[in-house]
This record gives sequence, structure tokens and C-alpha cells, in this order.
Amino acid sequence: MSLATDKAVPKVSSVRRPISSGTMLALGGAAVLVLAIVSMFVGVSDVSLPALMAGDLHAWHVLWVSRIPRTISVILAGAAVSVAGLIMQLMARNKFVEPSMVGTVESASLGILAVTVLFPAASLFAKMGVASVFAMAGTALFLVILRRMPLRNTLVVPLVGIMLGGVIAAVTTFFAYRFDLLQTLNSWMVGDFSGVIQGRYELLYLVGALTIVGFICADRFTVIGLGEEFTTNLGMNYNRIMTLGLVIVSLISAVVVVSVGAIPFLGLIVPNLVSMFFGDNVRRAIPWVAVFGAAFVLVCDIIGRTIRYPFEIPVGIIVSAVGSLIFLYLLLGRRKKNDH
Amino acid sequence: MIEISGVSKSYGSQKVVDNVTATIPAGGITSIIGPNGAGKSTLLSMISRLLPMDAGGVAVGGLDVTSTPSRELSQTMAILRQENQLSVRLSVRDLVGFGRFPHNGGRATAADKIHIDQALDYLDLGPLADRFVDELSGGQRQRAFIAMVLAQDTKYLLLDEPLNNLDMKHSVHMMRTLRKMADELGKTIVLVIHDINFASCYSDNILAMKDGRLIAQGTPAELMHSSVLADVYDIDIRIEEIDGNRIGVYFA
Repeated sequence: MSLATDKAVPKVSSVRRPISSGTMLALGGAAVLVLAIVSMFVGVSDVSLPALMAGDLHAWHVLWVSRIPRTISVILAGAAVSVAGLIMQLMARNKFVEPSMVGTVESASLGILAVTVLFPAASLFAKMGVASVFAMAGTALFLVILRRMPLRNTLVVPLVGIMLGGVIAAVTTFFAYRFDLLQTLNSWMVGDFSGVIQGRYELLYLVGALTIVGFICADRFTVIGLGEEFTTNLGMNYNRIMTLGLVIVSLISAVVVVSVGAIPFLGLIVPNLVSMFFGDNVRRAIPWVAVFGAAFVLVCDIIGRTIRYPFEIPVGIIVSAVGSLIFLYLLLGRRKKNDH
Repeated sequence: MIEISGVSKSYGSQKVVDNVTATIPAGGITSIIGPNGAGKSTLLSMISRLLPMDAGGVAVGGLDVTSTPSRELSQTMAILRQENQLSVRLSVRDLVGFGRFPHNGGRATAADKIHIDQALDYLDLGPLADRFVDELSGGQRQRAFIAMVLAQDTKYLLLDEPLNNLDMKHSVHMMRTLRKMADELGKTIVLVIHDINFASCYSDNILAMKDGRLIAQGTPAELMHSSVLADVYDIDIRIEEIDGNRIGVYFA
């Protein structure tokens, strides 16, 4: 019997939202745009509005070859890594995990190391492919361990991830040391946008596309976050959605590591902050996670470029420093909430 | 009608459900009772295709649960397990909205909105609709989940210990609501329940399990006898008739 035919339409309950979320999201997008413009004018070479207006070819060249690619890659990587973090948290059903914590990023860099050692002449695209396969294997291993774990404690899940990531990182470091590639390894593990120029960042458009796939499948990711039985009850194939998430998270991680290096903490902080304000309904949260992630990395990248001007501090270090502070705040705030 | 024929499940050498055959009639409330470890929840999980069975078969409303596509089953039966702690921050309305997924595949229509509002209304959740589920009390949260499976608009509702963690007031309220759903909306409701007196007062039909086997089945009047319950629970339970309900007294 259908419910709809049995009862009259009830009154629509009042919604308490002073500003529509669409307006706020537009404001967030505008903020990213402003930051992007700022980002294009920060740097050692003189790229200023008057110079551009005067038709200074050098300024235009720097803008076109370096500043615009850098800004685009910051936005794409910032948004995608944050969204990958959100998807990973739903897959693990735990708020305190992210790809750089559970072995995904570590596996990706092990993959790049393997290609670099075995096929030094491999193209960036081939490196990305191998890194993606390694990232998927590492993430799958983490998920299998989770599934076998009898006690899925909130704290044990991230600990297991950190240990797994640690083991993989140790293997990677060992081989990097043996093949004298420690410095190269470091460039994958610490995100840095200073090397981004035209022709060396275009792979990142792929992560932009993956972020959009994440948005399209948003409801499915929310549902797997509610658990396997919940998903099955709604007639969906749990394993298929998990596989999709695995592919998205691994590809995003691998591409970002290959092109600019890992950006730790980002996938942890951004979804958690967004969740505090907007909840976890992925359809609603994903645009915010993407906008906030892009803005956050833009700010960190601008700070990294100005704080020791004319030298640069890699964005990975700035994000880690700022991120760990925010993370601490989140942890302490959460405890306070649970205390009373 | 739910037809259960020769269903078994083992974990290692341990037979958790042992060759259970039963028919649950369409309409009304059927309660599955029995001591801890009797296999009640396992049986419910197999009926609802959450758990594959080792042997036997189940048909819910004529649909074989092992061979029917999951999406089709999800429009006929809804299952709610006892573990309903959310690791995802959702508003009550969003949670209830997910109940519409089997029908709309994620693209909500105006009809879905009506279903959602009616389910919220039915469970008195209107004023709480825009709160986050993790901010609610245990009783409110349980109601939100019931509203979700109600919005799923299925003929069959399978609930695994819906009174878990509810106090007396909320337990009574929940059972009255379920009774109302069976009577007014024509739902077929199957419960796994620990409290034999709730089972006695609110069900039309009781299945009693022990050690994985179905050992008794009937109406509360047929089943609520000291001799039957002694077999099920291995304790003496005195039965008193109060206001037309058969109540088991087992506290002393």
C-alpha cells in the first residue's frame, strides 16, 4: 500500500537557513577567484597589471607559461585531494583517515620509484599509470585489513592506516636509499608547485574530471558511509561503489603525487571542517570541500611564496604546519563536545 | 507472505541457523523471539538478503531473495539492523530521503518529497527534520531510522531489535507506532525482539527460536504458556492474563 495515497500532504516544516547555501557557495567560488588572481601576481618575476597593460612580452610569457599553470594546478590539486579525503573517509567510515595516512600516497610513491628505477625513460603518463596501480593495491590492502578487523574502533582505524603507510614508506625509503634516489623521493612526498610550468601539469586536469565523477556519484558515497547493510537495503551494490571510490581516490592521489607531490593533511582537515558546518551529505558537502580545499591550498601556496621572499617554502610544509594546528583544534573541540 | 524453506547457516562447525522452515503471513506483526545466540538476527539477515544462506531458500512477497535483483527487492522489503550508529553527519530529512533511493535512484522528485514529509510526520519528526541525526536522543534517532524505511514505501518491513537502547516510554511508543503502521498502512512487519511481553501484546504471530532451530510458532495466545516458554528460555515463566494480554512474569 502506498503511503502517498493514505494521508493528506503535511505542512512543510520551516527551514532555518538565513542565506541560501547557493549564495554562500557562489561567495566561496568568488573567494577562490580572488585568491587565484592574487596567486598570479605573486612571484619573483615582475608580473604586474601595469606591465601586462603595457604589453610587456616577458610579463605575458611568465604569466602564460608559469603563473596561470601554477594557479590552475593549485586549484585542481587542492580541490581533488580534499574530495579524495572525503571519499576515503566514507569508504573507511572514519573521519580521521585520508589517502596520505593509510598507504595510498605511500604506495603511489613506491610505484613511481619502481618505474624510475626499472624504466628511467618512462613518460610522465606511464609513471602516473604505475603509481595509480600501486596506489590502488595499497588502498585495497588497507580496506581488506579494515574488513577483517573485528573491532572497528574510531582510533584503531587511523592507527592501522598509519602503520600500513609507515611500512610501505619504509620499503620505499629503503629502495630509494639503495638507488640513491632519496632526494627525488622527497620531491614526491612534499608537495611543491614551484616546478609547475606549461606542459608539466596537464595531467592534473584528470583529477579535476575525477572530482566531477565524485560529485555525480555523491549520493552513492554517502550511502556507503552508512555501511554495507544500509547500502544493500537500498538496493545498491556495495562492492561496486567501494571499487569506484577506490579507483577515484587512488587515481587522484597518484596523479597529484606524480605532478606536484603529496599534500598531507589536506584531505583530513577540509572534509572535517566542512562537515562541522554543513554535515556529510556528500551532494551538499562536495562543492564546499572542493572550494574550501582549493582556497586553502591557494592561501598556503601564496604564504609559501611570500614568507621568505624571494625564496619559496614548499606548499606541503605550509599545509602540514597549518593543517596540524587545525587538526589539533578539531580533536580538542570534539572532546569538549563529548564531555558534557 | 514470507516463505522460509529449509534455511541453514553455519560459521565453521557452529550451526547458527539449522534448517528453519516457516511461513510468515502477509499483514500484521510477526515477532521472532528466543534467547541470545538462538539465530534470530542471522535468520532475519538471510531473509533480507544481507547474509547469504548456506542452504534453503526465502521468498518475500513471491520474490526469491537470492535471485531477484537487489534494487527490485529494495522496493518490496526494507531491513533495519540494530547497529544504527551513524559515522556520517546527516540531517534527519536527508536520512529519510535516502529511503527513496530504490525508487528514484538519487534524483528526487516532487512525489519523493511528499513521501519524505509523510514519513517524517508519521514518526512525529517534523520539528526535528533539519537537525543532524547525531544530535538527537536515542529514541528520536531510532524514529528517524524507522521514518527512513517507511519512506522506502515497501510492503515488508524487517526490524532487528527496534527497541534496542530505548527506555520504557520510547519502547511503548515505538511498538504503538509499528502497530499503527501494520493496521493503517497494511505493512507486514517482522521483528526480532527480546522482550516477550512486548511480543505478546503487539504481535499477531510469534516465532520462537532456540539453538538455531524454530521450536514453536503461533499466536500470542497459543505461544504464551509456561510450558512453551520453558522450552525456549530454560527458565520458569509464570503467565498472567492482564487486560486481555498474556504477560510473562520472570523477574523473581
